[in-house]
Amino acid sequence: MGFEFTFLENIFIGVSVILVIATFFCLYRAVVGPSEADRVVAINIIGTKTVVVISLIAFVLKQEFFLDVALVYALISFVATIGIAKYMEKGALE
Amino acid sequence: MTVVTNVLIVSFLAAGLFFFLVGVVGLLRLPDVYSRMHATTKCDTLGAGLILFALILYAGFSNASVKLFFMILFLWITNPTAAHVIARASYRNKVRVCEGTYELDRTGEVQCND
Repeated sequence: MGFEFTFLENIFIGVSVILVIATFFCLYRAVVGPSEADRVVAINIIGTKTVVVISLIAFVLKQEFFLDVALVYALISFVATIGIAKYMEKGALE
Repeated sequence: MTVVTNVLIVSFLAAGLFFFLVGVVGLLRLPDVYSRMHATTKCDTLGAGLILFALILYAGFSNASVKLFFMILFLWITNPTAAHVIARASYRNKVRVCEGTYELDRTGEVQCND
């Protein structure tokens, strides 16, 4: 089995697990949030957490192209947030 | 990878995780959209910045650290912009605020509409 991690890689895995558990608590706010703005804030923070988790997993699995995936994910998350906020403000996407 | 570098990486990871958990607690517990946003933007900039900086220390001077540096730069530009846009949209939509809030131009308290 090729699954022997060093000390720091074990810590990276632990940080990733804690961040994923925190993501589920953010998902609670995204589901029951009273207004649309609450949901947009929760989705924004879930996007940031996903970027950090992908970067950590890139160093655990030693795959450097995961960092490119994380960059593109940050870009898509930003564009989605701006789009939803504009839709909230104007009622239409123009 | 010396001991000093290990200690620095672990302490930066712990600080970033602390700020992320503070952001999640604020998102769950605070009463209002604007105060929730106040908690979560700290979590975005400080938490993600510190954890990615710990990864830069781990990667040393390589292609990966340059990509991580640009990721930190991108997050630090885009997250305040997104928070500003969400706050403006919710202010113009008259999203409800919690009781005890004062208006911007008057001294009267905002009526709670629920």
